[in-house]
Amino acid sequence: MSTSTTAAQRAAGGTADYLDQRTGISLAVKNFARKIFPDHWSFLLGEIALYSFVVLLITGVFLTLFFVPSMGLVEYEGPFAPMNGVEMSEAFASTLDLSFEVTGGLLMRQIHHWAALLFMASIVTHMMRVFFTGAFRKPREVNWLVGFILMILGLAAGFTGYSLPDDVLSGNGLRITDGVVKSIPIVGSYMSYFIFGGEFPGEHIIPRLFTVHILLVPALILALIGLHLFFVVLHKHTHFPGPGRTERNVVGFPLFPVYVAKAGGFFFVVFGVLALMGGTMTINAVWNYGPYDPSPVSAGAQPDWYMLFLEGSLRLMPGQGTEWDLWGYTLSLNVLIPAVVIPGILFTLLAAYPFIEAWATGDKREHHVLDRPRNAPVRTATGVAILTAFFILILAGSNDLIATHFALSINDITYVFRVLFLVTPFLAFWATKRICLGLQRKDRELVLHGHETGRVVRFANGEYIEVHKPLDEYERWIRVHHEPRRPLEIEPAEDEHGVRRKGYRMDAIRARASRFFYEDRVEPVTPAELAAAHSHGEHDALPAGEPETQEIGAGSGGGRHAVTGAPLPDEGDTPRPSVQDH
Amino acid sequence: MKAIAARRNHRFAPVVLLLLALLVTGGVYAALMPSPAVAAAADQSDIEGGKALFRANCATCHGPSAEGREGVPSLVGVGAASVDFQVSTGRMPMQQNGPQAAAKPPQFDEEQISQLAAYVASLGPGPAIPPQEQVDPAGGDAANGMALFRTNCAMCHGSIGKGGALSEGKYAPSLAGSTPTQIYEAMVTGPQSMPVFNDANLSPDEKQDIIAFLEEQKAGSPGGTDLGAIGPVAEGLWVWVVGIGLLIGCAVWIGAKSS
Repeated sequence: MSTSTTAAQRAAGGTADYLDQRTGISLAVKNFARKIFPDHWSFLLGEIALYSFVVLLITGVFLTLFFVPSMGLVEYEGPFAPMNGVEMSEAFASTLDLSFEVTGGLLMRQIHHWAALLFMASIVTHMMRVFFTGAFRKPREVNWLVGFILMILGLAAGFTGYSLPDDVLSGNGLRITDGVVKSIPIVGSYMSYFIFGGEFPGEHIIPRLFTVHILLVPALILALIGLHLFFVVLHKHTHFPGPGRTERNVVGFPLFPVYVAKAGGFFFVVFGVLALMGGTMTINAVWNYGPYDPSPVSAGAQPDWYMLFLEGSLRLMPGQGTEWDLWGYTLSLNVLIPAVVIPGILFTLLAAYPFIEAWATGDKREHHVLDRPRNAPVRTATGVAILTAFFILILAGSNDLIATHFALSINDITYVFRVLFLVTPFLAFWATKRICLGLQRKDRELVLHGHETGRVVRFANGEYIEVHKPLDEYERWIRVHHEPRRPLEIEPAEDEHGVRRKGYRMDAIRARASRFFYEDRVEPVTPAELAAAHSHGEHDALPAGEPETQEIGAGSGGGRHAVTGAPLPDEGDTPRPSVQDH
Repeated sequence: MKAIAARRNHRFAPVVLLLLALLVTGGVYAALMPSPAVAAAADQSDIEGGKALFRANCATCHGPSAEGREGVPSLVGVGAASVDFQVSTGRMPMQQNGPQAAAKPPQFDEEQISQLAAYVASLGPGPAIPPQEQVDPAGGDAANGMALFRTNCAMCHGSIGKGGALSEGKYAPSLAGSTPTQIYEAMVTGPQSMPVFNDANLSPDEKQDIIAFLEEQKAGSPGGTDLGAIGPVAEGLWVWVVGIGLLIGCAVWIGAKSS
């Protein structure tokens, strides 16, 4: 036994040595294996995206072995009766073959499609985590942009992918794309002809989408994932606030063996969940929709969830009076605004947010400790407002299903959503900001006065007091570690000689932005305030043997002062040594 | 028993209790649920019997001689097919006013329905109840039915007839529970918002093809549960609930040993 182990060890050592002498890899392995990553479940959200991408690559390779990206017409002969003898494109016919004849083909198709939905869902969740914890701050703004582009590429991958089978539903989606492209002034119709190689649908779009879907977009995604992860290693991971966690360290576990095991295991969990979904839940039943034909559109025609906001935006837009005929040219504001302008605003805001915040804050330092969302109320509120707008658009894109499933009138739903889309983001912003500030006040209160214990003590003089338990060091640190953020102060418009200062106007705008961010704020408890709150406790300290001394003072320091200042009616009975105070 | 008693304060006890309560409620409901009427063999219909039923159940709205009034259609000339469709799907007698009459468990048995149909048919000529061989799915071509359904039906009823929304609270119902006879009758009589597909629009054979296509859908989805077969919205909902839900659960579990 021992000899065989030795032999194995010798073999492993020999291989490692061989590699090391030729590549110098041991240094990289050593450094990488000892890399520290902090532990938190929300740091695994990006991994879900990474692993679903790996699953997409694996299943996608399988699908390319059987899919025929051609719009050539064939007559279907196969086991699926409702399509027998129907004329269809080779792309659709090969998708039917994949679904009904290739062994494991339907499973692979379904895993691939679920993985695509999960890829986008996990990207969005991961982005939410990064946004709400402020992980995009310096030095990670560029990585935020890389992630943002990855999300856009994910949209592109999804869109080009679900159009490939050439079924009626995805063809409807392509027709909408065609309309959106054509709505762009001046270049629109040329671009549409360029994309489709002539009038929609043409005979080129499926092979073109195929190339984009299996070559261009995945290569870009793969390269950007590499860059994204390189930045994570370069910047090191952020960590949540806690005792011992600073802007200069990372507290966590080494990559090897802890995270190699956790992350490796998590890959199989993600693959397992996707296989479960692919094996039990139908997705994109193209055989229901039939081969593409530009004439029919069925009820309940919607895109995959990540494109649904666009559908909703189009559904909400009033059609009448928004299509203008100018000098013989048509300006389709009814398409241009919902499908180009509104997504443009939402996405630009999302991509630019780290830079907007950094500019308004005037903060040029590096940040490696994450914010608790409540400590950045305007950021949190902005994020919630964007999500609210996005969510309302998703609901609006499902308005027909809401109508049938909740027995409502689709007209009323649409009117309500039009108002909600314009109003709720602002309401959500206001409510979130108030909630954040409220939570900060609660934190302050807790730090200064401790937890309520529910224990009420009566003193000999008849006074009642609720005993408060002070926070322990860990609890307190989380609530006080953050620095106060205040609006920027700007230099006056004129210098001492009364000469107008250059750049004053820009500074004034910046100051206004900064006030928008930080005017309403709750200052974290300072050490002085904490000491003051505690010193009240010392003034009011009870004689030894009364364990609640500290807490009593902390609970009602201010009130007691008034009492101690006044002459007490019955000094002898009061167990309060407030004598030193006088 | 003692083991259970000892754990009654466990933090999962309310969850377990709730699940048990749901199970019991569901079980009791399943046991006591009203079962749909079992159809008896159709007898020779009796116009007089139908007239009596009509007077008792329909005349309040449609008038004593089925002449209708404002907002209520006259039934003279609608034919037996219309009566059979409306009454056998439970749409008539109407339960309450609304954007449209909803299907519900039928109020009359098959014999009563055929009596009512015979009575209304006697008021004026109209489409008759189709014979069995005319609606037999086996006699239709599902592939042609697919093509016809896509062009004529899917814009309201959805790609495989799972239903869809119309304006102002009206809707195209799901066809999943409809019998071949009802589908045929609906096409020839055009109930509520539905247009009439007469024999010039869709020949009787084409109607049979559509029935054959819809019958194919009853086999279910080859890909597992069909999630209601209502398309990508349901898929998106489930990827968030099942996919992201399960994986965040696992992430919390993996990240639980937090330092």
